[in-house]
Amino acid sequence: MAEDIKVIVFKLGTEEYGIEVDKVQTIERMMPITRVPKTYAFIKGVINLRGVVIPVIDLRGRFGLDESEHTDQTRVIIVNVNEMEVGFIVDSANDVIDLNRDSIDTPPEVVGGIKAKYLDGVAKIGDDRLLIMLNLAEVLNKSEIVQLESLEG
Amino acid sequence: MDMNQYLSMFIDESNDHLQALNENMMSLEASPEDLSIVQVIFRSAHTLKGMAATMGFEDLASLTHQMENVLDLVRNEKLAMQDFIFDTLFKSLDALESMVQDITGGGDGKADVGAIVASLQAIVRGENPSAQGSAPAANAAAAAPSEGRALLDEFQLSVLKQSVQEGHQVLFIEVTLRSDCQLRAVRAYMVFELLERYGEVVKSFPSVQDIEQEKFEFSFSLYYITQKTAEEIQSMILGVSEVDTVTSVALDQESLEQVGQPAVAAAAEAPAPSAQAAHPEAPKAASAQTSAVPKEEAKKAPAKTGGTPSRTIRVDIDRLDVLMNLLSELLIDRVRLEQLASDTQSTELTETVEHLSRVSGDLQNIVMKLRMVPVDTVFNRFPRMVRDLAKSLDKKVDLVITGAETELDRTVVDEIGDPLVHLLRNALDHGVEPIADRIASGKSETGTIHLRAFHSGNHVFIEIQDDGAGISRERVLKSALKKGVVTADQAASMSDSEVHQLLFAAGFSTAEVISDISGRGVGLDVVKAKITSLGGNVTIYSTQGKGTNFSVQLPLTLSIIAAMLVRIGTEKYAIPLSSIVETGIIKRAQIRNVHGSKMVEFRGSHIPLLSLGTIFAVPDYDESTEDETEIVVIRKGDKLAALTVSDFIGQNEIVIKNLGKYLPEVQGISGGTILGDGQVALIVDPNAFIK
Repeated sequence: MAEDIKVIVFKLGTEEYGIEVDKVQTIERMMPITRVPKTYAFIKGVINLRGVVIPVIDLRGRFGLDESEHTDQTRVIIVNVNEMEVGFIVDSANDVIDLNRDSIDTPPEVVGGIKAKYLDGVAKIGDDRLLIMLNLAEVLNKSEIVQLESLEG
Repeated sequence: MDMNQYLSMFIDESNDHLQALNENMMSLEASPEDLSIVQVIFRSAHTLKGMAATMGFEDLASLTHQMENVLDLVRNEKLAMQDFIFDTLFKSLDALESMVQDITGGGDGKADVGAIVASLQAIVRGENPSAQGSAPAANAAAAAPSEGRALLDEFQLSVLKQSVQEGHQVLFIEVTLRSDCQLRAVRAYMVFELLERYGEVVKSFPSVQDIEQEKFEFSFSLYYITQKTAEEIQSMILGVSEVDTVTSVALDQESLEQVGQPAVAAAAEAPAPSAQAAHPEAPKAASAQTSAVPKEEAKKAPAKTGGTPSRTIRVDIDRLDVLMNLLSELLIDRVRLEQLASDTQSTELTETVEHLSRVSGDLQNIVMKLRMVPVDTVFNRFPRMVRDLAKSLDKKVDLVITGAETELDRTVVDEIGDPLVHLLRNALDHGVEPIADRIASGKSETGTIHLRAFHSGNHVFIEIQDDGAGISRERVLKSALKKGVVTADQAASMSDSEVHQLLFAAGFSTAEVISDISGRGVGLDVVKAKITSLGGNVTIYSTQGKGTNFSVQLPLTLSIIAAMLVRIGTEKYAIPLSSIVETGIIKRAQIRNVHGSKMVEFRGSHIPLLSLGTIFAVPDYDESTEDETEIVVIRKGDKLAALTVSDFIGQNEIVIKNLGKYLPEVQGISGGTILGDGQVALIVDPNAFIK
């Protein structure tokens, strides 16, 4: 029997994603963002999180989805991976669930337009909820971004 | 046992000891007769050895151990310090330093020190050209019983005197155990037992209790009354295994009188109070030593030998950074509160906020001060460097350091070392002339390099001034022409100080030029670049024949700077004040197009005009529609450029923050800062706009 992990659940569009709770520092409401010129389009800029300047990424933009208007529900999830502090802008975040590692399956080859490499797996909760577990190291992998850009440009 | 938690402490303390060793070796070299310095050196080396052995760095421990052997001979006057011994010891220090550095870098501190160990051992064995030279010294030391050994109380003294009168022998015995002795206390006990069979031990240093608890290094000394002769006793003690050396001196009435004198007098009389060396633990002997030091060499590190307990603690610089972050948040909240207070017009709130302002202001001062360290942490290594360099260049140079206590922010101090090394080398190599030249030009044989640091306003100045030949205008110009740094026309019209500045030109510094021109120039462009990147400035003053002065101006701190806040469209940016020449307004008609780029006239010359709005792709700003545009004229070295902005907000002290590891380097942006309203403003890096 594998261990239980706590997972923060957030939404992009209609899909639900999960990040392990120990990688998440805090979840903040939307706050003023200072644009940083000449950087990737999905990097929205930097915010002041209690005295520390942190870059924020629009996760929709990062996954190549259409960006949406920010609402009351919009949240910034501050994660800390490989000593990098980064904020993710997500449509909403309002759940923490316990998940058994056994219930996470390896991702299928094609997942709703988002590259499988960003995913750690897919977990089925209850009868009809699917939770997509993010592979944060890949999401924040910069060398891969450079490749992507050069292919496009 | 997990030693990792002690590692950083070990490294810190090792570095301290190495620094102290270097410094004391230097002062010993200046006055080789002063055995109190040897004592200090010995103690440092001994502590270092102990620490290294505890941490399991065997090579480090064994090398220090060999050094200790040499020093031990010196402090017991069995060996006189000589040049080659200094050289070997300095070499050992270098080896130790690189081992500690290896450990700092995560290595195991292993190094091949066989050669140095061998030469240290050779010195101990007396295998060197000057062995004969040291022998008389040793004899002399043995012949003259050292008077200032230690203090006896009146009772003990009268016992001894009486014994002498009654025809007993009063001996002062010093026993040194072999350094590989395993059970020192046991050996000492055997010696005492032996002695008590034939006489009476009146007093021992350290005390018998301390010896029993092994609270001594390898030697102890004692006053002894017996019927046997000094020689007999000596050979008896040597019969105890693991005893290395024994000296036994018979005391007569007269020398006993002297023992009774206060230690200061004794120390002054005896240039080499070896008894102090024998038992550093004896507190009275230690105080005698400190009083002897100022007599010998008043200005030499009384603090090091004084033994006043340190009232400081070490703090990780990261923690100070955290403290700084918290503080800047507090300052930001203060600004918000001030705004709120003035909006609500509540007297009580205003008063509270004012008090808060004062307290947080004081707090800011304290935190800033915590980050300040004296420049002597950098200066410390220079005397040694200058000594070695002068030796290898065959020049005589005095390095005079003043203002080493001047304080700078830790971040600046960390960065400033390399440029200063460069400038000092330069002064030694090219500034101070060879001895023959100095004599020929009527100067003293020994050149002087002044290294000074002092505060002036919001800056710290560090000056390196030599009394050498100065900079030759002709030779610099000749070389600059050859290198294509200037044209002949330019050369003719240049002022002396402009010529001096040529030394910092990038093309000037390459390779072989250096030795044929008066030579100033080895990588000076790098020095300049580094200092500029720290927000500082370097100037040269030179008089031919009299010498040269490099003056480095540095900001007090790097984490808080004065900046001009500007608005571009709706975005706010901060431009460091240190790069700003002036601000102004230009009319559209003044902008000219030169070869496709915009130029504007500024004080008689045309300088490039750059639009920050365009460069940073600010979405809601386009100055080309305006009739008048605000500009900020910035400077990098002697080059100027103008940046267009929408508005000036005002001047402010800002706390520099980095933008996090995730963001790629953005050209033209050097960091961010948090404004009073809690928003982040980006800091413009003006240097990026001028090539």
